[in-house]
Amino acid sequence: MSDELERLASALRATTPRPAMAARARAVAAATAAFDRRHQGIREAARHKGQVSPNSASRLTSWVRRCTVPMSRPALALTGAAFLIVAGVVLRQLLLAPAAFSPGLPPVERPASADSSAALPPGASTSPLRVEPALPPTEVSPPPDMKRIREAEVAAVMERIASQRREESLPLAVMTEPQPVAEPARPDQGRDRFSHVDPNPVKVTAEEPVSTFSIDVGTAAYRFTRAALHDGVLPRQEAVRVEELINYFPYDYAPPDSRETPFAAHVSLMPAPWNAANRLMHVGIQGYVGDRRAAARANLVFLIDTSGSMDEADKLPLLIDSFKLLLSVLAPEDTVAIVTYAGRAGLALAPTRVAERGKIAASLEHLDAVGSTAGAEGIRQAYLLAEQHFVADGVNRVILATDGDFNVGIRDPAELESYIARKRDGGVFLSVLGFGMGDDNDDLMQRLAQNGNGSAAYVGSLSETRKVLVEEAAATLFPIAKDVKIQVEFNPALVSEYRLIGYETRMLGREDFRNDQVDAGEIGVGHTATAIYELTPAEPGTDFADEYAYLKIRYKLPDGDTSTEIVRAVTPADGFESVDAAPREARFAAAVAAFGQLLRGGRYSADFSYDDVMALAQKARGEDPFGYRSEFIGLVRLARSAAAMAPLPR
Amino acid sequence: MHTGCLRMGEHTDEALVRRARAGDRAAFTLLIERHYERIYRVGARVLNDVAAAEDLAQEVCVGLVTRLASYRGASRFTTWLHRVVVNAALDAMRRDGARQRNEREFAERAALARADQVAGAEQSAWLRRTLRRLPETLRVTVVLVLEEGLPHAEAGVVLGVSEATVSWRMHQARKHLRALATADKEMVS
Repeated sequence: MSDELERLASALRATTPRPAMAARARAVAAATAAFDRRHQGIREAARHKGQVSPNSASRLTSWVRRCTVPMSRPALALTGAAFLIVAGVVLRQLLLAPAAFSPGLPPVERPASADSSAALPPGASTSPLRVEPALPPTEVSPPPDMKRIREAEVAAVMERIASQRREESLPLAVMTEPQPVAEPARPDQGRDRFSHVDPNPVKVTAEEPVSTFSIDVGTAAYRFTRAALHDGVLPRQEAVRVEELINYFPYDYAPPDSRETPFAAHVSLMPAPWNAANRLMHVGIQGYVGDRRAAARANLVFLIDTSGSMDEADKLPLLIDSFKLLLSVLAPEDTVAIVTYAGRAGLALAPTRVAERGKIAASLEHLDAVGSTAGAEGIRQAYLLAEQHFVADGVNRVILATDGDFNVGIRDPAELESYIARKRDGGVFLSVLGFGMGDDNDDLMQRLAQNGNGSAAYVGSLSETRKVLVEEAAATLFPIAKDVKIQVEFNPALVSEYRLIGYETRMLGREDFRNDQVDAGEIGVGHTATAIYELTPAEPGTDFADEYAYLKIRYKLPDGDTSTEIVRAVTPADGFESVDAAPREARFAAAVAAFGQLLRGGRYSADFSYDDVMALAQKARGEDPFGYRSEFIGLVRLARSAAAMAPLPR
Repeated sequence: MHTGCLRMGEHTDEALVRRARAGDRAAFTLLIERHYERIYRVGARVLNDVAAAEDLAQEVCVGLVTRLASYRGASRFTTWLHRVVVNAALDAMRRDGARQRNEREFAERAALARADQVAGAEQSAWLRRTLRRLPETLRVTVVLVLEEGLPHAEAGVVLGVSEATVSWRMHQARKHLRALATADKEMVS
């Protein structure tokens, strides 16, 4: 009989767990960011010696000036990502032989590992930037390592590019007409389709004092943005929905005390980080945090796209794993059914109690990806099933998992939308999960989910799924309020202009606010929603009114038909003198808003840079138990590199 | 090639730790990159869950920023790091509530399903089940000795026990495995 320990040892050797590249990169980025935070004080003190003021433009506040310091910091934060190291090599060659540079120049050698110094051109040792002494490193005398020196070179090049851009965009003050700024290339990203939406414009309060929109809970745009940045390119501008970026993050707002008031509203005013003359009005809404078990039974129908295009590691297999994960948060008496569609739709599993988990898991395992997509037919069948097993005062929801197009069946998206909307009125809601980046059809997903009272989410990895399905399941599956609309009425005496950041696709007419027939977003247990306005204060006049605005929230209870309204005045008591004094959550949201605006071309964010975003976010990171905010900071770094790496304007 | 370069393999862990503690960012990053895989691997084995291991590894990496200060150089860096990871993994298991355990089970099953597609399906299934059924202390010891290849003495340093204790635990582990194998056979027949 062979030794059991031997068997164990060989099993261990045969199945050594290998970390995912992305997870590794995230961890390295998070750790490096933490390292920077710890050592920042020392670094900046050293750097301030003999430093030239980066920009003499008078409207830069001292705060912004302080934040431009990290601009000269080493840019290679995510050293785990090979392309950055390649970038270092390319930029280095750019420095040494600028004449030979053309934008499309491929890296000459691709280092196989983090040990990239082997890939340096032979001339490297003659680089004048090289410093010799082998003393322990301090900030004043940099250590004699090539990696660091290359970072310095990269940073120098990036700084040069950035300052060129700054010069070009300097006349571009906030609130002036946009001028074409040299845009870094955003490569075509396959078949992804996004509707083109212009950012919400500046409104003159005297002409249009009221702003109305529906609460948005989607987060697909954040995941899309992240995937693009991890690929080393900037996401296409229209793919960046600023409100989805902002609302991707959990915020620590105080919840309401009782279920009767389904949410608490928090408002704060602070100077706009990118323009001290303006104010940001941050609105944070926190859904009631209660026991979701109090909610009724769930009747879920998984509608799964099994067409041929789903047969990829990050699609069907991930989807199956994801749904298994979801089973773990459901109660035993909840039911799950599975409908597939590929060519023609089919029933894979009749409604089954979650208690019979093995049966559900087995039928998930038997899904195969073949055939073309018959999305619309699948939707019909899924709804039919959900209706047949309708749970009165329960949760009835179709969860659609797909990688894209619904090009068979109902041809007109509008027809599909109205079909979903009718079903919604009948009590069956829809959520959409997108898998696989290449075929992500964000716009259609969004609209379908919007019409189905659900959220659309793009899922890229299992840990991602954990967030979408497990942590957010309670919120998306168990709503505490529906048709949540927000209306802000500004006081022209104190606010001359305002602009809502993001929410372009969620705007409602002023009259829609009180019209209970107009559908809007929903909020689930423990959910937060965040919106930010940028305000231009009015010239001080004789009017002593002290309300900046009235915030009104209108909502229906999940099973109600009539709305309730919450009104809150926004007064100077909600204001903060400086950005630093503002609540942490508001500051972080502002950082995300700034990032989103930068990615959208920076039309309204003046000369606020990626470094400024990082500085703002870093200070507002808080405890960040799940690392989402650290990840964000890593993303901003990637964006900075991607922007700097894009071809120079000709 | 260059005497002063910060290259993988040219600097000992201990030297990198010194530089990182002095504020050298590149040294710190290199240290993390060099050991990430180890951190992840040990976490994955002790937690018996690859998804949770990603979170754990990130937590450990971020924690190293402050924790490096407590490395006294009394043992090898990897020995010290093993201890940090093992403790973090055990802490993570302790603070896990029922929900996470539930969730983990599914993540595990999902990972298992994926591993099955690769190769050695039966073996990896057996391994997971076996690791899960081993008592915590034995599992940790087995991972350090068999997976990480630490000598009993070094594993003892990591776990804060004597070399003899490690040997005794390995013996216990063997007995456990034998009992499990017998139980499995009986179930089949």
